[in-house]
Amino acid sequence: MQEVSKSADIETPLRRFSRQFFSSKIATIGFVLLVLILLAALFAPWLSPQDPYDLSRLDVMNSRMEPGEMSADGKLKFLMGTDEQGRDMLSAILYGVRISVMVGVVSTLIALVLGLSLGLLAGYSGGRVEAFIMRLADIQLSFPPILIALILLALTGQGVGKIIIALVAVQWAYYARTARSAALVERKKEYIEAATALGLSPLRIMLRHLLPNCLPPLIVIAALQVASAISLEATLSFLGLGLPVTEPSLGLLIANGFQYLMSGKYWISFFPGIALLLTVVAINLVADQLRDVLNPRLQTQ
Amino acid sequence: MTTTQTTSPGDAVPTLNVAHLSTQFATRAGSVKAVDDVSFSVMPGQIMGLVGESGSGKSMTGYSVMGLIDRPGEVVGGSILLKGRELRGLPPDAMRAVRGDRIAMIFQDPMMTLNPVLRIDTQMMEAIFAHHDVSKDTARAMARDALARVGIPSPDERLLAYPHQFSGGMRQRVAIAIALLNKPDLIICDEPTTALDVTIQGQILYEMQKLCRESGTALIWITHDLSVVAGLADTVCVMYAGKIVESGTVQQVLEHPLHPYTHGLIASAPSRNPRGQPLRQIRGMTPSLLNLPVGCAFRERCDRASAECASEPALEHFDGRALRCFHPIDPITPIAVAVASEPVMDATSERLTP
Repeated sequence: MQEVSKSADIETPLRRFSRQFFSSKIATIGFVLLVLILLAALFAPWLSPQDPYDLSRLDVMNSRMEPGEMSADGKLKFLMGTDEQGRDMLSAILYGVRISVMVGVVSTLIALVLGLSLGLLAGYSGGRVEAFIMRLADIQLSFPPILIALILLALTGQGVGKIIIALVAVQWAYYARTARSAALVERKKEYIEAATALGLSPLRIMLRHLLPNCLPPLIVIAALQVASAISLEATLSFLGLGLPVTEPSLGLLIANGFQYLMSGKYWISFFPGIALLLTVVAINLVADQLRDVLNPRLQTQ
Repeated sequence: MTTTQTTSPGDAVPTLNVAHLSTQFATRAGSVKAVDDVSFSVMPGQIMGLVGESGSGKSMTGYSVMGLIDRPGEVVGGSILLKGRELRGLPPDAMRAVRGDRIAMIFQDPMMTLNPVLRIDTQMMEAIFAHHDVSKDTARAMARDALARVGIPSPDERLLAYPHQFSGGMRQRVAIAIALLNKPDLIICDEPTTALDVTIQGQILYEMQKLCRESGTALIWITHDLSVVAGLADTVCVMYAGKIVESGTVQQVLEHPLHPYTHGLIASAPSRNPRGQPLRQIRGMTPSLLNLPVGCAFRERCDRASAECASEPALEHFDGRALRCFHPIDPITPIAVAVASEPVMDATSERLTP
């Protein structure tokens, strides 16, 4: 009995977090939207009426159909129209979101792990290691991100793996900087000294004590960076340097429809654009609320 | 393992014997002697108070013993014998094995010494696993026992709590429990009750004294609060500007202080002054360690200073106590009369910022 009452009045960190997160209406909307987008991306093969990558299923007769038109064989209704190859835009967008989100999330995660490790190492060890890592980050940050990505892609060529490498190269320095500054602050705190006084190994102190306490600002940056990674990937694809035409991401879909925009065939660019916009907005709404909830200065009980 | 207190240091091996310890910090303005030729020893089950103002080097002495001095600081001389084993010059791995196992440390701010994101059981078991190869269940049982020993009610439930669910006093008890986990020979307490209110402080002092007597653990209690030392410690060392200026048993030093600085410290305690009188203070400020006066470091603040004080007084031992002064105060002089100078703030030297 006592066990039950005890666990009821102690609010777990997760429960407090979710209570604070969903206290904002707009953040809740963003969260729901994001979940829907992620689900759509995840289940794209089952949701989409057509496999947009299966060229044998595409019919040139269906090219550039308006939203709502029926296909030539009368079997399929193109809710969002078709592109110049007769591809159903709804299917292409679902698959495009899938690729865009995948590229954004994977590149952000890799950049996060890389930047976090380097930043923690720099903040904890100091001295020459720190100087080397941070100057490297400074050099990286002194170039415009798109320039670095363009150069890398020009050197390595196209492909999902390559664009992820380019996005990681662009992003890691943000995490390294933030992780280092958080580590410098946390390192001065007494619990790190207490852990040292307990005789714990430096690696353990770094991973077990320093890392979790440095995470909140990094989670916020990572959430925001997913959105900017998706935008950057779309930009690169739009410029024709991103993903190959066989696996069109949102940026490439927008680029494909670009030439028809002036001739009134707006839907080829418009719907992928809306999808990109919604994805980025949803991520930003969630990230903003994360920042507010995880900011210790705004914590109120 | 003796639990009784030994008065003559020749009988048993002291838990900790520090001799001529010197710790310096390299700064742009030259090297600073944070700890200068400090010697003391603590017997098993004995409690030593290490008293001084901020910046007197008392915490640095504790950190030096723990081997926790970071760059630009360095222990430059002396020896630190833990049960006869030299700790100075031990390789980092060997020192890490001693730290937390044979010597534990308790820090000042209980709000800060526990990792906010880890549960209490995680933090306690981690301290055990760092030094002992035991099973998870054994470690949990050890953690539970340690919590019970420091007077935490329902320890089984509290093990599963996070630090923010504890009050300040409870957190300091947890910190003490962590220090006790590996049954260390020595615990260094760096002002552990300064951040707590007086009633909690009283409880913690009582627990510490009891635990220390029961287990034979030696204790070094670093503080600026003489009333804590009076109630808790067996012996006391008074530090000023990195040096020990007076040491002895608590009765000797607190009831009959010989050094004018000790005298001033005792007279500065508010409770000792009659009502309505201005509070007494030692005039001036702790001198900057970068710019110490030649000779006795206290002479610019001392009423008894003479030309002789321009040369450095040696630490002289007699009657089981030690003193570093040319003009000791007559032990029978009442305290209130002896420090009868008017309380003036007189910034003769720069303020110390260590």
